[in-house]
Amino acid sequence: MPPHLCATGIDKAFPGVRALQNVQLEIQSGEVLAVVGENGAGKSTLMKILAGVYQPDAGTVEMDQRPIVVRSVKEAEHLGIVLIHQELNLAGDLDIAGNIFLGREPTWGGLLKLIDQRRLHDNAAKIANRLGLTIPSRTLVHQLSLGQQQLVEIARAISLQSRLLILDEPTSSLTETETARLFSVLKELKTQGISILYISHRLKEVEIIADRVVVLRDGKNAGELRRGEINHRALVQLMVGRELKQFFQRQHQAKTPLARTGIEVKDLRWLPAQPGITFTIEPGEIVGMAGLMGAGRTELAQTLFGVRRKLTGAVTIDGKPIAVRKPADAIAAGIFLIPEDRRIEGLILTDSVKHNISIASLPALSRFGFLQRSREERLAEAMCERFMVRTPGIGQMVGNLSGGNQQKVVLAKWLSRTPKLLILDEPTRGIDVGAKSEIYALMDDLAHQGAGILMISSDLEEILGISDRVLVMHAGTLAGSLHRAELTEEAIMHLATGGESRT
Amino acid sequence: MKKLTGIFAFLCLLYVLILAFTDQEAWGSNNFNLTKRIGIYGISCLGAGLLIVTGGVDLSIGSVICFCAAIFSWLVVDHHVPIPAAIVVVLLSGALIGAVNGFLVTYLGLQAFVVTLCGLFAFRGAARWILNDEIPRIAAPIADWSAFFNGSFLSISIFLWLLLGLFVAGSIFLHFTIHGRYFFAIGSNERAARYSGINVDFYKILAYVLCSFFAAIAALMDVFSISSVQASSTGNFMELYAIAGAVLGGCSLRGGEGITVGMLIGTAILCLLRNLIQMAEIKDSLEPVVIGVALLVCAIIDESLRRGLSWRDLLSAPQQLWERWTRG
Ligand SMILES: Nc1ncnc2c1ncn2[C@@H]1O[C@H](COP(=O)(O)OP(=O)(O)OP(=O)(O)O)[C@@H](O)[C@H]1O
Ligand SMILES: [Mg+2]
Repeated sequence: MPPHLCATGIDKAFPGVRALQNVQLEIQSGEVLAVVGENGAGKSTLMKILAGVYQPDAGTVEMDQRPIVVRSVKEAEHLGIVLIHQELNLAGDLDIAGNIFLGREPTWGGLLKLIDQRRLHDNAAKIANRLGLTIPSRTLVHQLSLGQQQLVEIARAISLQSRLLILDEPTSSLTETETARLFSVLKELKTQGISILYISHRLKEVEIIADRVVVLRDGKNAGELRRGEINHRALVQLMVGRELKQFFQRQHQAKTPLARTGIEVKDLRWLPAQPGITFTIEPGEIVGMAGLMGAGRTELAQTLFGVRRKLTGAVTIDGKPIAVRKPADAIAAGIFLIPEDRRIEGLILTDSVKHNISIASLPALSRFGFLQRSREERLAEAMCERFMVRTPGIGQMVGNLSGGNQQKVVLAKWLSRTPKLLILDEPTRGIDVGAKSEIYALMDDLAHQGAGILMISSDLEEILGISDRVLVMHAGTLAGSLHRAELTEEAIMHLATGGESRT
Repeated sequence: MKKLTGIFAFLCLLYVLILAFTDQEAWGSNNFNLTKRIGIYGISCLGAGLLIVTGGVDLSIGSVICFCAAIFSWLVVDHHVPIPAAIVVVLLSGALIGAVNGFLVTYLGLQAFVVTLCGLFAFRGAARWILNDEIPRIAAPIADWSAFFNGSFLSISIFLWLLLGLFVAGSIFLHFTIHGRYFFAIGSNERAARYSGINVDFYKILAYVLCSFFAAIAALMDVFSISSVQASSTGNFMELYAIAGAVLGGCSLRGGEGITVGMLIGTAILCLLRNLIQMAEIKDSLEPVVIGVALLVCAIIDESLRRGLSWRDLLSAPQQLWERWTRG
């Protein structure tokens, strides 16, 4: 069978970066083709070229054996090519239905073009339900969590009735349940002959859903695996060109508690009708935090960090009570937060890599308030090297980096110092396997130095792999706590879905 | 940088034009008047620019200038307060006004545009009330001070020296200290700045305080320069000149962008444009038109440069637009 879409010899360069060099890609109708590669390998760039966001410097694209030139996103949508971006693109002040049908609202009243609200919301609810997004379709999008927003974006793409659906890391903020649901929808689309290009750093997902995998490395084709050959080792081998050491290293297992007591949180509430949340994190302990979307994990982190106002509750570090009214207080007390949404909370996208890395450490890089730029630059260089940030230089604008490299910059910003409590909210979102194992090693190292670590993650594999203990949240409360010995996927899911605590 | 050289070239061109339109004997006195003007306008522009970098805006600058000048004359003329004491009171009132604006914007979460729009009305009214709609003569009590400020040092007007002093201080603050860096961070992404542990509310209030404080300085300079205060005209449209100067000089009203040299050049361009209009004997009433058009052209050029066009593309753009238009 001839390929549905075929791209040959694609080149694309940005100032200082050759993002793609002579890349080939073809996909059959009804095929799920996964594209994997390290951060900055050029995956998103290739997808944006297919979807008309960028123009290639060289190369041709054929669809149904006819050459096509996609000059804009509109033209791509006409051809049935729809891209869901790695970074979300929603109108926050519109509701769910409005976003799904933005620009294609059903109308009545002839030329008046009044919006047919009934049909709009009925249609939206139908699609949203298929994806398991059961929130009323009149909810404004900016009130949704990142994962829910991702589902809205997917719903929008599906409603466009595309022939080639491109998903750039669609599951990076979805939990297992939502991912499974998405996969069943994708399978259904596949039987309708729709081709799907799927990008993910979660290799387990790739093993489940992909018919074939194309691997990119440094902007070039690095190889291809057919259905039967897809496994974790082969993928990693092709992506990084070597075998990785032990993935989840926990070399320094939590030792017997030191003299310090660590962090105690007592009766913390941020909503009026909420049972108080109480837990402790000992020095040197890595505590995973699991829960479904909207369980309140991010809110908890924000409350501890002083972004969200707490109603009641006390936090003590090593027995000393601390008052946190704003992030500056939390940081002074030794609590750092690596936030969930890097583009809004983590980074100044229009500023350089170096300024973003130094912004939280400026007092230490200055003398009498005067910034010492050479020290700032040395810090940025060192952190970029440590985290393997792929950038043409520390002066590059952060917004121009690939998604995963942006995330590394957020980590670099905080991890030049040793915290007492480090809260990481989905720290490995969009990060490649190599960098993930680096981050785990780093968490391990920080824990060894006596920091308490609270890691919020929707990736159960990672939670199971790295945590000494797991706290599970459900509907705004702490549903239970599981020790390493009792950690299983089932036990976590049981608590996360509202099951009784067995202990 | 590309842009700074552009506006600097424009500034030089304006100056050459002015010289061409002026008699040679009048060059000296015209230069002197120009530098006085640039001094007053430049200081209010610097304040506005610092604020704009943090993403704020202040529409009340002109009214605050008038209000401060009114307080000064009320203290000096009606109550015979010693001039140094009056100066201190005026500067403190400026800072206080800024602090109130900043408080309303940060703690109450009001929009800067709205808060300072209220100030635009209120302070002008308050000035009229203080002055009783009269034009007090304050020339006599401040004669010595006026003479000093209207003088020159090393043949440069004292006003310009003042501006240069504040300009150097402002530049060091904005471009070499961590506080300046925080201004930029807050203007670019306030949330990320907060998450980075920056005391956002403090720095935003500081920006409003600086803006109104600079306006108070400008008010004093205005008083010393013309020795009178008039509720209906003192400081008129100064906020617009200040904002326009900052924008001309490369500040973005979205915040997070700006450079002090640019503000200086921007102000100078506005003052020179005005001067040119007088010297070339163009109708006075056309002055706002010229300034409006000049700003618009600058904004268009700025946006095109931002999108990566070169000067050459820009020059051929009108032709291309025309072609596309005529082809339908
Ligand atoms: N607009 C841009 N300007 C400059 N450089 C860019 C731009 N977009 C991408 N790049 C660079 O091109 C390279 C490829 O980026 P791309 O976003 O395609 O990577 P990716 O494979 O999607 O990575 P990730 O897994 O981190 O999302 C990177 O080095 C990136 O810095
Ligand atoms: Mg990408």
